[in-house]
Amino acid sequence: MENLLSITTFIPLLAAAILAVFLRGDDEQARTNAKWVAMLATLATFLVSLFILFGFDPADTGFQFVEERTWLAGLTYKMGVDGISVLFVMLTTFLMPLVIWSAWDVKVRVKEYMIAFLILETLMLGVFMALDLVLFYLFFEAGLIPMFLIIGIWGGKDRIYAAFKFFLYTFLGSVLMLVAMVGMFADAGTTDIPTLLTHEFAFADMTVLGIHIVGGMQTLLWIAFFASFAVKMPMWPVHTWLPDAHVQAPTAGSVVLAAILLKMGGYGFLRFSLPMFPVGSAVMGDLVLWMSAIAIVYTSLVALVQEDMKKLIAYSSVAHMGYVTMGIFAVNQQGIDGAIFQMLSHGFISGALFLCVGVIYDRMHTREIDAYGGLVNRMPAYALIFMFFTMANVGLPGTSGFVGEFLTLMGIFKVNTWIALVAASGVILSAGYALWLYRRVVMGDLIKESLKSITDMTRREKMIFAPLVAMTLLLGVMPTLVTDLIGPSVGALIAHVHASTPAEFLSAAADTVTH
Amino acid sequence: MISADIQTVLPEIVIALYAMGALIAAVYTGKDEVAPLLTWLTGGLFVVIAGWIGYNGAGVNVAFDGAYVDDGFGRFAKVVILLSAAAVLVMSQDYMSRRGLLRFEYPLLVALAVVGMMVMVSAGDLMSLYMGLELQSLSLYVVASLRRDSVKSTEAGLKYFVLGALSSGLLLYGASLTYGFAGTTLFSGIVAAVEGGASIGLLFGLVFLITGFAFKVSAAPFHMWTPDVYEGSPTPVTAFFATAPKVAAMGLFARVAFDAFGSVTGEWQQIVAFLSVLSMFVGAIAAIGQTNIKRLMAYSSIAHMGFALMGLAAGSAFGVQAMLIYMAIYVTMNIGTFAFILGMEKDGVPVTTIASLKMYSKREPLRALAMLILLFSLAGVPPMVGFFGKFYVLRAAYDAGLAWLAVAGVIASVIGAFYYLRIVYFMYFGEKTEALDGKMSPVLWVSLMASAAVMVVGVVNLFGIEPLAAAAAATLVN
Repeated sequence: MENLLSITTFIPLLAAAILAVFLRGDDEQARTNAKWVAMLATLATFLVSLFILFGFDPADTGFQFVEERTWLAGLTYKMGVDGISVLFVMLTTFLMPLVIWSAWDVKVRVKEYMIAFLILETLMLGVFMALDLVLFYLFFEAGLIPMFLIIGIWGGKDRIYAAFKFFLYTFLGSVLMLVAMVGMFADAGTTDIPTLLTHEFAFADMTVLGIHIVGGMQTLLWIAFFASFAVKMPMWPVHTWLPDAHVQAPTAGSVVLAAILLKMGGYGFLRFSLPMFPVGSAVMGDLVLWMSAIAIVYTSLVALVQEDMKKLIAYSSVAHMGYVTMGIFAVNQQGIDGAIFQMLSHGFISGALFLCVGVIYDRMHTREIDAYGGLVNRMPAYALIFMFFTMANVGLPGTSGFVGEFLTLMGIFKVNTWIALVAASGVILSAGYALWLYRRVVMGDLIKESLKSITDMTRREKMIFAPLVAMTLLLGVMPTLVTDLIGPSVGALIAHVHASTPAEFLSAAADTVTH
Repeated sequence: MISADIQTVLPEIVIALYAMGALIAAVYTGKDEVAPLLTWLTGGLFVVIAGWIGYNGAGVNVAFDGAYVDDGFGRFAKVVILLSAAAVLVMSQDYMSRRGLLRFEYPLLVALAVVGMMVMVSAGDLMSLYMGLELQSLSLYVVASLRRDSVKSTEAGLKYFVLGALSSGLLLYGASLTYGFAGTTLFSGIVAAVEGGASIGLLFGLVFLITGFAFKVSAAPFHMWTPDVYEGSPTPVTAFFATAPKVAAMGLFARVAFDAFGSVTGEWQQIVAFLSVLSMFVGAIAAIGQTNIKRLMAYSSIAHMGFALMGLAAGSAFGVQAMLIYMAIYVTMNIGTFAFILGMEKDGVPVTTIASLKMYSKREPLRALAMLILLFSLAGVPPMVGFFGKFYVLRAAYDAGLAWLAVAGVIASVIGAFYYLRIVYFMYFGEKTEALDGKMSPVLWVSLMASAAVMVVGVVNLFGIEPLAAAAAATLVN
């Protein structure tokens, strides 16, 4: 199985091509066929990806399942996974069948919808597997096209504004990364990521346009990559595209966006920013930590006053991503383990929360919190599931949300107590907005006339949630499933970062460790 | 000796003789009735000549004491020119004959323009440079005003003529200054004269020459004629303007920059970088407000010329290679895009407003998809091939120490992405309006689909164009 990664990546694309070429007409039969082809393709991808998971050797901190072919312009087509990326691959393949299933009731342009998601899956998998700078960029950037169309064609009322904002914001972020990649190519003479991970980029101080830059070249490259990943993540203050995109995107689009696309930013930090520019990271690290702390508190407060459910969950996503960036730039085992864990767990929880909103949106066609209330009277099963994921979002021990938050806070506590203090207040705030949302939507008496005839979840809807509930619980009670897998790679990453950070930059970090 | 010279320029002679022979033959036979036949015949001839040049050409052959140079660079440019001209010609046949525009002179004027372009990219002397340039320009002035009874078309022709004449004047002025200070019109002589630093007179000559070229490639700030001429000319002629002449003018630009002034790269590098950055931003920003797709494509081509000039500004062999690849990709994208625009009709009348494309994807999903691919490619979004064009020129600029130019370029490309996305928005997100005609001639359909397919499939290896461009660039820069 030497082409296992390519096979996994391109099964969805193949299915998309089959749909595009062979499926004709727009009748009921054609729609059903489109959905089933997409479903089977994503399931097949998941099954094939299990071979990656079971064939993966956690003790080996290098890249595994590597395949390499020559490409054009001195680039290579190189794929591989290590402990950091393998679980993101699994997250993607695991969630996609559920996403397709959740879109079962779509009536408009079903075939195109399925094609868009299948192409998106290929591109997302490619991002996590690519071991060539430009190949990574290609997958990373190409993902904008299907997402742009998903928001723009199947989105809500203001979808056009949201689609443009999404595209241009993220595009502007990533083109600067492209220039940085060109610079790295020029400096190292290769775009091979494993080679670049060992390449030392110049970090002598330099002056550009009269500005003195500590860390020189590395800091500049770091900033260019940061521009891209911070927008993607998204970090405060460049997060404003996310609430718009989430609110307007169709349910399945929101799920993919929150559960997988946002993780590309965090993955990028771990794959590029931290190991390739350790000096840049050391110089800019404190800034990121404070930005994360601000993001956690600020967006949690913003979430409190939202009137739109999707917007509230979107802001809560930004807050949770704040823990991730904080954990990553704490640069210790707990911090980075926690960051990866938080990303995975957020993938399940936020995906599920958006599905929860989708369930009632499909029935009432509004996301206004005020339009609901007392749903528990008519939708007991829904109330239970929504309760579960609300608690997971808050970080209740026993759910995966707790582990991620706890680990990242512990990681940051070792580095900077003040930031840990500020960030920990986010835990309380998140309980505030999440529980208040739940109270307003689900609890109380059912007094609104329009809700009197609302029906509980269908069997299909319940079954979509089942795997998500299972994963959230499983990771909550057995976090070692994840940490054992990623631990060695994370350890190697941290050792590499510390070894390649010169003493004068390391001393600053060491000082903060002591107090 | 003379026979060897003629051997070298034989492709040009063949086309020129064909054009003259066909002109006479058509006058004495059916006149406009044979025009469709002539169009296909001319297109076929272009393809044959392109194959001949592409497969048979080898080495560097100099004819007429250096006035004409046949090298890898020239051959690469010529093949691109010939193939794109052939594609545009056969695309225009149906459109023009249905509107009574297909006069038998049209394909022959295009043939003569192509001869001019071939001479341009092979020029080794200021005289042959000007000869080729004028042969091309004069033919283009006429085809711009081909629709004689339309005010817009004649206006386009006149505007093109007046501004073109102005630019030719500037270019001639530069050429005479260069001759005066270098003592020769031969590029090989000029390059020796500027060795070790150009005198102030030669610098003036260089600047005026560059101004003339900037007019021809429609680089800002000498771009004013482009939107009006693009809008006023019949659409097939616009398609032609957007493709082959641009390649020829860029080829000529590179030829003079390296063959005649290659030893003082630093002198022209700044000017070209300035033209490049200005074109990218003018093209990107001015296109935002356009409602006519032809005007939009005019600004788009200005922005693309900015990117191609970025490759040239690098002043290296890799830069020229990047420029050649960029131009080849640009031409392919434009052929597909114009095939789409040529197919935009309502009740048989051509429509060029962007708003008429509302919900086009509902009615013509396949054509809308092809256009979508082309638009993302024009915007430079991976995995479309247009991205690789940008990647090459960015690399060239960065390697040459022009990192600021690369940063400016990518920012301009984000602004530019907006107006390409606007077309996507109309095709996919808008509300319904009255439908455009569903018919599309098979030639247009094939061009559109082939071009879109190239944009996607090319990601595998760019159809092996890379080593060819590298070899071509190596013959120019040494």
